[in-house]
Order: sequence, then C-alpha cells, then structure tokens
Amino acid sequence: MLKDLFRKPKYVTVKPDKPAPAKRDIPEGLWVKCSDCGEIVYTKELEKNQKVCLKCQFHFRLGARERIALVADEESFRELDSNLVSVNPLGFDTYSEKLIEAQETVGINEAVITGEATINGQPVVIGVMDAQFIMGSMGSVVGEKVARMFERGLEKKLPVVLFAASGGARMQEGILALMQMAKTSSVIARFNEAGLLYISFFTDPTTGGVTASFASLGDIILAEPGTLIGFTGPRVIEQTIKQKLPQGFQRAEFMLEHGFVDAIVPRQEIKTTLAMILELHGKGVANG
Amino acid sequence: MANTVLDFERPLLELEEKIAELRKFTDEKGIDFSEEIKTLEKRARELKKDIYGNLTPWQRVLIARHAERPTAEDYIKALIADFIELHGDRSFGDDKAIIGGIGRFQGRPVTVIGHLKGKETKQNIKRNFGMPHPEGYRKALRLMKQAEKFKRPVLCFIDTPGAYCGVGAEERGQGEAIARNLMEMSTLKTPVIAVVIGEGGSGGALALGMGDRVFMLENSVYSISSPEAFATILWKDATRAGEATEKMKMTARDLQEMGIIDEIIPEPLGGAHRDYETTARNIATAIQPHLEELIGLRFEELLANRYQKFRSIGVYQEG
Repeated sequence: MLKDLFRKPKYVTVKPDKPAPAKRDIPEGLWVKCSDCGEIVYTKELEKNQKVCLKCQFHFRLGARERIALVADEESFRELDSNLVSVNPLGFDTYSEKLIEAQETVGINEAVITGEATINGQPVVIGVMDAQFIMGSMGSVVGEKVARMFERGLEKKLPVVLFAASGGARMQEGILALMQMAKTSSVIARFNEAGLLYISFFTDPTTGGVTASFASLGDIILAEPGTLIGFTGPRVIEQTIKQKLPQGFQRAEFMLEHGFVDAIVPRQEIKTTLAMILELHGKGVANG
Repeated sequence: MANTVLDFERPLLELEEKIAELRKFTDEKGIDFSEEIKTLEKRARELKKDIYGNLTPWQRVLIARHAERPTAEDYIKALIADFIELHGDRSFGDDKAIIGGIGRFQGRPVTVIGHLKGKETKQNIKRNFGMPHPEGYRKALRLMKQAEKFKRPVLCFIDTPGAYCGVGAEERGQGEAIARNLMEMSTLKTPVIAVVIGEGGSGGALALGMGDRVFMLENSVYSISSPEAFATILWKDATRAGEATEKMKMTARDLQEMGIIDEIIPEPLGGAHRDYETTARNIATAIQPHLEELIGLRFEELLANRYQKFRSIGVYQEG
C-alpha cells in the first residue's frame, strides 16, 4: 500500500498512529550490552530506566515516539501534519524505496513528528526528530513540518519545544533540502519577534544543516549527556585534517564548555526541567 | 590569461595558439596567411560555441572552480568605487576567507560581502580556499547589521566550496554562526542581493545567500554539498563526483527551473575567466534594475516578500 504512494501522487494514505516498534535500539533478547561501558543489562530494567544504562548512565538513543511518551503528559499528544509525505523531487534512484523502507522499519512517516501536547499541564507545540529515519535528515517535509510548528506556536501563542536528532540536510533532495535551513530559520525569526519561547534540545546525534539552522536558534538550548553536536561530523573532520580527534570532541559537554549549550539535562530530569522553564515563561508571552 | 587549462578547453586553446603563430609568421616573414587565419578563426568560433554551448554539469563545476575565475575581489575592483575593506568580527578575529566592506555601486553607497578564494597556492592558503570559519560569518553579519543601520543595500558574492570543517571551526560554533546568519538575514531591514559567482557550496554558501534576489552566473553552481561529498555520502565513492553532478541539479538553469534563484547572469562565451570585464558588466546590468526596485519598497513589503520567497521552498505531498 505504501509502495503505491510514490506512483500515485494524487492521494495518499498514511499511518500516523502506528506505534513505533519497541526496543529498536536494543537488540532482541532479554539482555543488552551497554555500548559505552560494556555492562550487560537486563532489557526490562533498561527500559524501566528510560534507556539509560544503570551502571554508567549512558543514554541509549530514543525513537521519536518513545521521546514523546517520555516528555508529553499521557494522552496529551495530538499530532500535526502527519499527512505531509516526501516525494522524489530530483528523481533520485532508490530514494522512493528508501523512504518506504524507513517508514516501514521506523514506523513513522518522516524524520520529525510534530504536534501539540502538554508538559506537566502546560500546553506546548512539540517536535521530535528521529535519527533512525534516513539519518534524521531534513528534506522538504521536515523543513515544512518544523516551519508549521512555529507557525502553530505563533497562531496559538504557545512555546515550542523541539528535540533535534539529525545527520543534516537530506542529500537526495539536493538544493531543496539545503533551502529548508533558510525556511526554518526565517520562521523562527518571526516567532522570536512575537516574544514567544523556543526551547531547542539536542539529542544524539545532531550535525549538519539542522545544527546550522533551527537547532542552534533556541532561546534556551539544552542537550542530553554525551550528545554529539556539530556542524561537520567527526569522521569527515578526521579525514580532512588527517588527525585523530580528542576524546569528547563535539560532545554535549564540549559544547557546553565552548558556550553553545545552556545546560546538559539527564534524561530522567528532562520533563521536570522543561516544565520549570515553561513555568518561568508563563505561556511564553512577555506582557501578554 | 588562463594558466590553468581545462581538458575540454584544450582544443580551442590549441587552435587559438595556432592562429597566433600564423599571425606572427605573417608579421615576421611577410607571408600572407590571411585566408588560413580566417578559416581557423571561423573554426575557433564554431568550436567555442560547440564547447561552451553544451557544457555538462561537471564541466560547469570545473569552470566554477577555475583557478583564474574572477573572485569577489575582482568584481569589487570592477564594480565598487571607493571601496574600503572592513575587517573582523569584533569577537574572535578576522577571517580572510570573507571579504567585506563599503563603497559605491553606481554612485550609491553599498555594503559588499563575499567569500574570497585565492588564485594561486599562497593566496589560497591565506584565504583558506574560500572556506570561512565562524568568525567569517560573524564578520559578515556584523557588516550586514551595519548596513541595516545606515540603510545601505547589501551585495553578497557567493563563492565557497563550503564552510570550513576543522577543530577550531567546531569549537567556535560553525553551526551556530551559519544558523544565526540565516535567521538575521531573513529580517534584515535593507535590500539584500546575492550573486553566486563560482561555487555555492552548502550551508556555508547559503549563510550569505538569503537575498531578496538571488542571481547565479551562468557557469556557477549551487548545491547541498560538493559533488565529491555527495558521492561519498551516498555511494561511498568520491570518484563518482562527475556522475553526482548529473543527479544533483546544481547548475544555474536547474536552480532557476526549481524556482530557487531569480535570474541567470550570462557569462561571455568561454567563461568568466576569459573576460573579467564583460562578466562584471553583465553582473551590474543584471542587478541594477532589481536594486532600484527593492530600494523603492517599504520595509514591510521588502521583508514580507523575502519571507515568502524562502518560506515557500519545498516539494512534498499533502495527502
């Protein structure tokens, strides 16, 4: 059914509410090995601990739906623009197939899910990117959904909370993908002029065109411990300068040290931290 | 003039050399070769049309990167009177991969900002091959805000393989610097005209590219990444760069068809590197009426149009 999507450009059926397949980061089985400390942890324990290693506090990556479940109040999330789907504007071979594959394996339509929700009772517009969906890359749909989030925030005078996770602009959409950086940044400029609050949250990994546009433009910029944050990815830098990069380079702690992140927030504290910030800003309107 | 000869240009250059030789012969030995010269000249003209009239995207990339291709500095010399270069970002340093300053374009004070490559190795090292660090983008932004204050239009020349990737660039926030430029340019209260003059590589190009009007020289390119990086990312094979250019849709015509740019500025036959003056004149002719039009707009209108221009880019389905 989804395969027809790219042949019949007129009308599509999407499955926005298909639940994300559980345990995507974690191999099937009862036990999982922490990719940081090597500790073997009981999967159920790990899940219960919000996918944070019980021994070393390593933060496993979360899918977009898992993240929403973690941050938004139960049953409060109402998805927006789930009917926006990517096409293959440059006629790039294998892109259409890649999209279908990503939709089927990751269980979401695009690399970002957006919607309205409440966080400890406070209404927000929320967006969460998923690095598993074609590297969380930004094509026209991601750019459009992000732009519409801020427009929704403007319209309803709501703050925006956006969790970034991306390898950058989506190569298969060429210059159109690059221009989403311009689009999202323009909308944020307007959002700012209205005096509304934008909290940007870096999650692992965020690089390229997303770092170089909306993710870096938050009034308050937060990150999970250990998150890779950069413009150029570390592998490309190593190839370019032909040197090994120092331990911790481009990690959240490094970015904090260099002044590009306001605070590092462990997963267990994200919701309460966001709620506190939201409360300090009222509904986000200065003299509202 | 061209020291660096591209392979596909070689037959033409050889022919031109032959013509020059025959002329020399005519002068020195007094033998009349005028018929032969005429025939060869005719053939050269046809060859020129043949070569440059049917350039492949990859050939355009090579022309856009040509060592002798005029740079922002050349166009400033040709088009901007009383140019005063202004340096530094007031925070970290002066990035020589970006040139910026004030001067007069057709009598009107303007701010000019451009990526700047060098033409030979030493210059290129000084200019970091036109790949800016964050302080370059911050210098550009500072000059744009200054232009806004003094109500000067901004003219940007885009010519970079991309923002520099390195340790210092990351430490000083390359991503943040580019993001901020995009956001600030979208609401800059003065007309902005951007001209892609050579390579428009990725976010590092776009960071000077949010113009009310965006132009491209005929043989310039503008893309999400270099074709080499594109081939590496998608096919793990940088040698397929040529093939990548066919897929990427990065020529001026491609971008015009997609509605990303407003106008293509013609280059003299043979490319900008063969005739700086004509190219500079073509740029002036192309941007002049647009500049007039933009200056005549109220800010609200100017900004609303600019917003709409970038807000509307994207191709997707809404089911």
